[in-house]
Amino acid sequence: MAFFSVQGLTKRFGGLVAVNNLSFSVDEGEILGLIGPNGSGKTTVFNLIMGVYHPSSGTIEFKGRILNGLPTWKICKLGIGRTFQITRPLRRMTVLENVMTGAFARTDSFEVAKEKAKEVLDFCGLGHKTHFLGKELTVADRKRLEIAKALATNPSLLLLDEVMAGLTPQEQMEGVELVKKIRNSGVTVIIVEHIMHVIMGLCDRILCINYGQAIACGSAEEVASHPQVIEAYLGKD
Amino acid sequence: MDKKKALFALIVILALLPLVWTSDYYRHIFILTFIWVIIGSAWNLLSGYAGQVSFGHAIFFGTGAYTAGLCVTKLHISAWWGMLFAGPVTMLVGFIIGWICFRLRGPYFALATIAFGEIFLQVAKVWKSLTGGMLGILIIQSFRSKLPYYYIGLALALLCIAVVYKVVNSKWGYYFVAIREDQDAAEAIGVSSFRYKTIALLISSFFTGLAGAFYMNYMAFIDPQVVFSLHHISIMAILVSIIGGVGTIWGPPLGAFIMVWLQETFRSSLFGLAPRWISEAHVLAFGILVILVIRYLPNGIVGDWHKIVAVFSRKTTLLSQEKS
Repeated sequence: MAFFSVQGLTKRFGGLVAVNNLSFSVDEGEILGLIGPNGSGKTTVFNLIMGVYHPSSGTIEFKGRILNGLPTWKICKLGIGRTFQITRPLRRMTVLENVMTGAFARTDSFEVAKEKAKEVLDFCGLGHKTHFLGKELTVADRKRLEIAKALATNPSLLLLDEVMAGLTPQEQMEGVELVKKIRNSGVTVIIVEHIMHVIMGLCDRILCINYGQAIACGSAEEVASHPQVIEAYLGKD
Repeated sequence: MDKKKALFALIVILALLPLVWTSDYYRHIFILTFIWVIIGSAWNLLSGYAGQVSFGHAIFFGTGAYTAGLCVTKLHISAWWGMLFAGPVTMLVGFIIGWICFRLRGPYFALATIAFGEIFLQVAKVWKSLTGGMLGILIIQSFRSKLPYYYIGLALALLCIAVVYKVVNSKWGYYFVAIREDQDAAEAIGVSSFRYKTIALLISSFFTGLAGAFYMNYMAFIDPQVVFSLHHISIMAILVSIIGGVGTIWGPPLGAFIMVWLQETFRSSLFGLAPRWISEAHVLAFGILVILVIRYLPNGIVGDWHKIVAVFSRKTTLLSQEKS
């Protein structure tokens, strides 16, 4: 039994098939990269996993439990965290309060939540900005806050949706280090990313999808040299 | 510590005030203020903190008031029992309305609460065998003196503020604000938005119902137009919070104080000092006040207190500069 697996996942929006018979699995402690051209269905896969959308068919299984039909908050409590591509800080709450809200998923105690939040913020390199408001942060710090909020819920699987987009090369490098640190702390990661050098250096395996279908899966080199992947990104001559 | 001392002093002053200032008329206005502190604070918890803007708090106020009234007319027991029953009854009404309306978001939720408010008003008017229809319910007051009502009202208002304070500074409060700021992002970090919106609504309806039951006991007369009124209850609850400061603990209490006293000032034509026609202008005065607050203090007087302080401190520094 895989740690996390998706079998025959399909999502139709009217006549549009956004995700088409997609199957993959993730082992515990792995970093899986999910790549594909714009509109290929990557974010839809995340939304299906988190229960924002319900699959038209197929199953999603996490630690032996079928997630289909569960509400988002319950999936979070089972141990899956996610970040949003367009960052969604709780704007009129401070950074600390944002992360505490996440930490409350595991505790009812104010003090415990505060301790946990501080710990996570230090881990994510935001320890010095705890009293900024969510809306006052730079892009890079917002991305860190997204990760911190998700980590505070104590996930064993973390879904990162384009956390490096819009960052400077320096910030990207720090981002890669952070994701590695997260994995080393025992969290399994699925990461959607467009920036190739980030994903190549980071992932144990990469899954490339186009039109909602898997076209290649394997190590970074295998996927990068796969003819269909090259075609999807660059087109045919 | 200073804040605690100030709060303690305020409570002591309010407790001693009616003993010194023995006018029944002013005691009456204070009692009305306390009722509005409760309604405003309760509305604020649901709408200011959890972000679910209700235009239907008259539903809960009216239900609470009628619960107390019906204790007398139907059960033939004291209307004070209504204070005990009003909370649970109103919470049940709140739960059903929430179960239906929380599927809707933002303005659609607000519109649904208006619709429910009108339904309750019409039912109370038409269901004569239960409510007495437009004749309303008339009971006999328990006390001739206003003093007992003053202290009960004060105690209820303080209780309501204390509960709101306690809730806001707990897990529930954080979840309420998270839902207000971004419901989907909140769900992704483990917040069941439906459950916590319902909790906010239950607490809010409990206190609004309690205020209604107290109103019945104190005023000894209610009719549907008074207690289920969109203008005089539902909208007033919103104005009280907006003037004082939405999403702040002390905003609604301050707003309640301002609104009740402003209303009374106009209604009585500046306490009898000005010509009668002034009394017609109180709605106009509310309108102007709301426009000014929204334009200059969008977060209310408490929420934008630092702006007010800044204006005055700038003036004093300018004055001191001129002197030197």
